[in-house]
Amino acid sequence: MARFHKDTVRVDHHEKTGGRAAYIADYRVEGMLYGYMVRSQKAHARIKAIHYPEMPEGYTFVDERDMTTPNYLRNEEDGQFIFASHEVNYIGEGIAVICGPDKAKVKELVEKTVVEYEDLPAVLSMEASDEALIAYHYNKFDADEAFEKAAFTFKETIYGGRQEHVYLETCGIMGEWVNDKVTLTGSFQNPYYIVNEVAEVFKLDPKQVQAKAAYIGGAFGGKEDYPSLLACQAAAAARKAGRPVLMILSRKEDVLDTPKRHPFAITYEAALDEANTITGLRVRLVYDGGAYGTTSPTILQRSLITCTGVYRIPALDVDGRAMKTNHVPSGAFRGFGAPQTHLAIETFMNHLAYRVGEEPLAFKRRHLAKQGDLTSTRGIFHYPVIVNDMIDKAMELSDYQNKKKAYANQTGRMRRGIGMGLSIHGCGFTGSAERDFLKSEMKVTKYADDTVEILACNTDMGQGVRTAFTKIAGEVLDLPYEQIIFKNPDTDRVVNSGPTVASRSVIIPGKLLELCCKELKEIWKRGEEQTVVRKYEHPEFMIPWDLSQFYGDPYPTYSWGVNVIEVELDILTGESHVIGGGGVYDVGVAIDERILRGQIEGGMLQGVGYASMENMEIKDGRIQQASYTDYMIPTAMDTAMWFAMTMPNPYDRGPLGAKGAGELTILGSAPAFVEALEQAAGTEFTRMPLTPERVLPAIEEAKHD
Amino acid sequence: MIKLTIDGKEYSFDKDPTIRLLDILREDLNKTGVKEGCGEGECGACSVLINGRLTNSCLVAAGSVMGEEIITIEGLRETEAFKVLDQAFADAGAVQCGFCIPGMIMAGHALLLQNPHPTEAEVRRGISGNLCRCTGYNTIVRAIFLAAERGDGVW
Repeated sequence: MARFHKDTVRVDHHEKTGGRAAYIADYRVEGMLYGYMVRSQKAHARIKAIHYPEMPEGYTFVDERDMTTPNYLRNEEDGQFIFASHEVNYIGEGIAVICGPDKAKVKELVEKTVVEYEDLPAVLSMEASDEALIAYHYNKFDADEAFEKAAFTFKETIYGGRQEHVYLETCGIMGEWVNDKVTLTGSFQNPYYIVNEVAEVFKLDPKQVQAKAAYIGGAFGGKEDYPSLLACQAAAAARKAGRPVLMILSRKEDVLDTPKRHPFAITYEAALDEANTITGLRVRLVYDGGAYGTTSPTILQRSLITCTGVYRIPALDVDGRAMKTNHVPSGAFRGFGAPQTHLAIETFMNHLAYRVGEEPLAFKRRHLAKQGDLTSTRGIFHYPVIVNDMIDKAMELSDYQNKKKAYANQTGRMRRGIGMGLSIHGCGFTGSAERDFLKSEMKVTKYADDTVEILACNTDMGQGVRTAFTKIAGEVLDLPYEQIIFKNPDTDRVVNSGPTVASRSVIIPGKLLELCCKELKEIWKRGEEQTVVRKYEHPEFMIPWDLSQFYGDPYPTYSWGVNVIEVELDILTGESHVIGGGGVYDVGVAIDERILRGQIEGGMLQGVGYASMENMEIKDGRIQQASYTDYMIPTAMDTAMWFAMTMPNPYDRGPLGAKGAGELTILGSAPAFVEALEQAAGTEFTRMPLTPERVLPAIEEAKHD
Repeated sequence: MIKLTIDGKEYSFDKDPTIRLLDILREDLNKTGVKEGCGEGECGACSVLINGRLTNSCLVAAGSVMGEEIITIEGLRETEAFKVLDQAFADAGAVQCGFCIPGMIMAGHALLLQNPHPTEAEVRRGISGNLCRCTGYNTIVRAIFLAAERGDGVW
């Protein structure tokens, strides 16, 4: 067995358990000030005036008037400002920073600041919006023809809520200027996003901007692009104050101002032939995009590409739009648009199977994509698809068939159900971005003492990339892992290996790392310093991606998942809890099985939370669950011991055979939970999440049917 | 004057007695191993032991715990109990982003002090006041079991 197959203690384990790892809120710098923001209280209003209290010596306020350079984030047409200028577009939007040496005093000054508003008409739901932030439409062959010839059609709309990341560490950044150079240290996924945005806004050469990642207390996509805004605010504050400024969001601010998973309504309409096989699908997807576009375009692309889940659908007519509202922007969150479509397509497939009188899993298995099939965008599944074997394994591990049968006709108060969710995740950044925009680099330096340092910008937000990269390098170079160095990145030292998003770290920069190390091994000279650099090369086998037609291969390959969830439901209260289940995954080859198990269990529970209890509603522009007292996520009592395993299916273009994994793990458990609860409740659901308040009336209604 | 016993040492602070214990720990004593996740007693990242009782230090007025024994992760990390928990967390793969982990270790320690050989349900209840968004908890539950098994006599 190769050494990397053995579980490894994380490189950052002991620093974290003992509380020595420094997250950004733990930083203390001589002369440092604390910055807090004055935030909008209105969903949509014109700012008439800002009345600041008198600033004591050493305290200052910073707003749009201090922005001598452009005050907007790079996408000007989107209209998002560093400091709201003349107008606010959601409650919580940043208007000004107040900074000073004493935290409590700064907070008091923020409280005493009065913003005079003139109300403007607000768009308070996606249904009420007639302006799309972004919209796409595509066809795969002729769906209309499929509907004309159909023996049976079925149409249904599935709805899902807004989900909050609940990374345990709120967003935070410190800005500091030394002469004409600014350093941003903090909790962010993408150091080069910070460098590029700050350089653009403050009209600097990128070399004048340094981004240093602190230890990151969770991110899940929530620290993908939002920190660029916070970095500009901190940089502006530090410039005016002439001192380092530390901005740590309170939990409430973090809830109000940072992006959420897009709430959705997805309508599927299927055309079936005489043999009850799907011949065509119409898809209409609507998202609440919030006030600004942020990452909505790429999220919408991934949503629409994955709207067919793991299935082979011959013809498609797909339309999607993210609507502009006066809500906090929706944005990146683990899965990046795929959790919504997976929850919807899996649930729709179950309901469709019931309509044609077939058992859902059998119906789904008849439609599974296989190697060589066309994808939704007429790309090709180039690599082996082993989902059928994975389903068999998951059935065996969960005793699926026996339980499904045993739970069929229950009486009594406590009732059980079991369900299965199938999932697929395209590996890497969507479309042609890897080739056209990211163009990742990797740099590895061997020092005279024969230690090897990985000089990449990928950040460890808990997913374990520092350990994974250390193992890849150690394995290829045949060195003890202790001889490999991979620190939290500092852009003054590392190259741009691309953002830490889209489950791409292992498959893209990780592959470049493998190639660097292979080269280094060949030229290795003991006692000498040597450096190897590699650049991304786009796989030639891919059908070139054309966004205007949604045509081609948006990803080189795919990772796959099969999840089972078993629940027990109290039909008197509508409360349910998870009593079993697990996941079987194809991620190529796991770099570390134990770390992957952590990803699986963590991702699965986020998925269960998404389907069951996590519900962030906005009424009249105001978030109704703006604290952890009101926004519930699963605790240790809301889960069960799950099986979690991988089935090897090595990917020849991944390091050591690996593919992407992190986001995939959230996709399948949510629809599996819904199917399980439907069985327990004896009814169908189309509005998620399935809180007791939604489940109980549905049970009552089902009794009368 | 607030007089506190923290990690075995005596301290005096000339502060408003309603100041949060968490602020004394993080700001005055620089014990940044104690984390602030929510500031409202829901997440458990700021967990400390007060007379052996697991407590969210963000909800405690410093003046209300004078004369009581306060233990933080920075005190615990010098003990045999921590060593056992640390290794168990490593072997179970229970650490991801790490932000909840000092609090989780305090919760595990508090549980094992009261109940050195807990059942699975008791472990889950014991850490149910501590949120973790990365792990899905099961690796942490396994880690605490492992610690209980290996640490016979420590608690």
